[in-house]
Amino acid sequence: MNKFLKLLLSVSLLIATGSANAALKVLACEPEWGALARELGGELVDVYDATNALQDPHRIEAKPSLIARARSANLLICTGAELEVGWLPILLRQSGNSAIQPGKPGNFEAAAWVRKLEIPARLDRAEGDIHPGGNPHIQLNPHNIALVADGLSKRLAEVDASHAAQYQQRQKDFALRWQAATKRWEAQAVPLKGVSIVVQHRGFPYLSDWLGLKEVAALEVKPGVEPSGSHLNEVLEQLKRQPARMVIRAAYNSERPSQWIHEHAGIPAVMLPFTVGGSEQAKDLFGLFDDTVNRLLGALK
Amino acid sequence: MFQHKLAACAVAMALGAPAIATANDSTEMEKIRAEIQQMRESYEARIQSLEAKLKETGVVADRAEESAQRAETTAAKVATPPSSANAFNPEMALILQGAYRDQKNIENRHITGFLPTAEAPTNTRGFSADASEFSIAANVDTWLRGYANLVFVDGAVEVEEAFFQTLGLDYGITLKGGRFRSGIGYQNELHPHAWDFADNNLMYHALFGEGALQDGVQIKWVAPTDLLVELGAEFGRGSELNNANYNGASSMNAFAHVGGDFGASHAWRAGISFLHSKVDKRTFEGTDVNDVALAGDFSGRSRTWLADFVYKWAPNGNAQHRNFKLVGEYFHREENGNLNVDTEGTYQSAQSGWYVQGLYQFMPRWRVGLRYDQLYRDKANWNGNDIGTVVKELADYDPRRATAALEFNPSEFSRFRLQYAHDQSMQGIKDDQITLQYILSLGAHGAHRF
Repeated sequence: MNKFLKLLLSVSLLIATGSANAALKVLACEPEWGALARELGGELVDVYDATNALQDPHRIEAKPSLIARARSANLLICTGAELEVGWLPILLRQSGNSAIQPGKPGNFEAAAWVRKLEIPARLDRAEGDIHPGGNPHIQLNPHNIALVADGLSKRLAEVDASHAAQYQQRQKDFALRWQAATKRWEAQAVPLKGVSIVVQHRGFPYLSDWLGLKEVAALEVKPGVEPSGSHLNEVLEQLKRQPARMVIRAAYNSERPSQWIHEHAGIPAVMLPFTVGGSEQAKDLFGLFDDTVNRLLGALK
Repeated sequence: MFQHKLAACAVAMALGAPAIATANDSTEMEKIRAEIQQMRESYEARIQSLEAKLKETGVVADRAEESAQRAETTAAKVATPPSSANAFNPEMALILQGAYRDQKNIENRHITGFLPTAEAPTNTRGFSADASEFSIAANVDTWLRGYANLVFVDGAVEVEEAFFQTLGLDYGITLKGGRFRSGIGYQNELHPHAWDFADNNLMYHALFGEGALQDGVQIKWVAPTDLLVELGAEFGRGSELNNANYNGASSMNAFAHVGGDFGASHAWRAGISFLHSKVDKRTFEGTDVNDVALAGDFSGRSRTWLADFVYKWAPNGNAQHRNFKLVGEYFHREENGNLNVDTEGTYQSAQSGWYVQGLYQFMPRWRVGLRYDQLYRDKANWNGNDIGTVVKELADYDPRRATAALEFNPSEFSRFRLQYAHDQSMQGIKDDQITLQYILSLGAHGAHRF
């Protein structure tokens, strides 16, 4: 019995000291927020990405590994704006973790920090996969990333107050590097201004808004509805009247519809990483924008 | 300063033109062109960066404007209380279900060898549009969430579920109370509209009718590990089919689930459950071996062990285009007590069974499924003799069924299913069943369970 008590004591001590020294556990719904948390938290955070760049963030299941991660997370970073409405509520309910429930400091919604585009005037399922709060794919404008980074660093300092000064310092450093990089991308992307594009899923309004691209058509009939053959033909007809320079899709989208447009309309099909990990070059947030701008410029040649 | 340089550039260009006209030296011309080009580029970059700065401040201003607007709307809401009264509307969803069924006309449908549950296999043929499900959910307050699921069947409303659940207690603990689908097994927690086939598998049908309900409380704990370890226990009245009326809990169960990932493409969960129930006069109707109708009831103790396994595959975890799901469950049940068939007698049974099903989405919207059900009637004794010699429906026969389905899912809110089953769940009857079914979901966006 004595031995058992000793063991119990040492195990609980181990757990207690372990948790005191451990990094802040962050569960990021999408890889871009995981990457941002790594930039702003460095060694202070232990980040787990709930999804990867090849997954459609609308269509994830509350799978066992995610429930386990939500159980011990100190901070949850998601896009919000109902992007994760299909799986996050279950995760939160099954987690038994009060720290990350909506409204708590441990629940961070990135979309709340930026101005949203494409807020639907009419809420109807017949319109497809629309989000009442506006288009949630906010990550492809570096100015949005800057705004979210500012909010997130403050949140990190709030949740992990003992390291507040370090988070502040890291944010300062990141903001400087990010600002310089943003200038560079904007200088590089000058030739993209006013260029007409076709998108496969309406996932790029913030990119278009940033670079001045003109979206003339979408391959999905309605958001989230797979492109049909007849709709592709319509788009092709439209392109004859209103030509576009390229058709773009996210890494997780099927390649076939944009390939079809490429073959029939003779415009380049461009795969964009869409988020961190979507291409070999998009290793972090800087790589994501480097690669995105490069791929778009490459299609102009 | 900026304008000065622009002016200087314009002057240079103006001066450059006559210079080009006079000087025929092409290399000189090239040089000037390059210089002008360089100047132009550098100005363009500067203009861009200035524009970006402007835009950035614009975004900040927009945010300020937005929050001001938000404050305004909040103010407006405070000013007009009646309009905010319905702002607390709960999430509501309606599931519409209907089917066309082609099968043999068998009035006394049952599963041979197993004491019947409250829910007999359906003998509805042709068109039917029953069992619409209405669910309503909302947070009760800071601590609790409420959920109710009502099923409308012809002439009646059934309370399928009505429970409260804690909102984020700490330490991985969740409490549930009220009427809910028990957490045992895998399929048990799923409502019929979320099943992978148009009808229940034989195992659950033989054990619980539709599924094990619990009027009681559930406690669940998730371990603080990267691998999912989930332990749960329930205390309550159990299913209606136990017909229990006792003080204390007449039905208790415990379950454990373990699950995780293998890389990005594979996810799995495995579980074991144990269910113990006191049964009080579970009634049934049947026929004796001379085809004379009889009625009986069972009272006693029922113990069930369940094992379940789920595996899912999708390339890189992207289930949008192709995905595969494999589910298998096994049970072993022992029942001891009194079986009253005109006369009292002791009843002892030890029975088991399993089902396995695979579903493959081979392209967006389209999915095929295969399922095989097998039950083992094994031991079922009445006063030491085989009950099959007394009740015809409890004959020593191992029910089985093979099912194939094709699904068309236009969106995540609609499903059309064509199903064929070769049903041998009744001794001496081979029934080829064809079902055409639709399941539509309206209202609040349901979440995707594993």
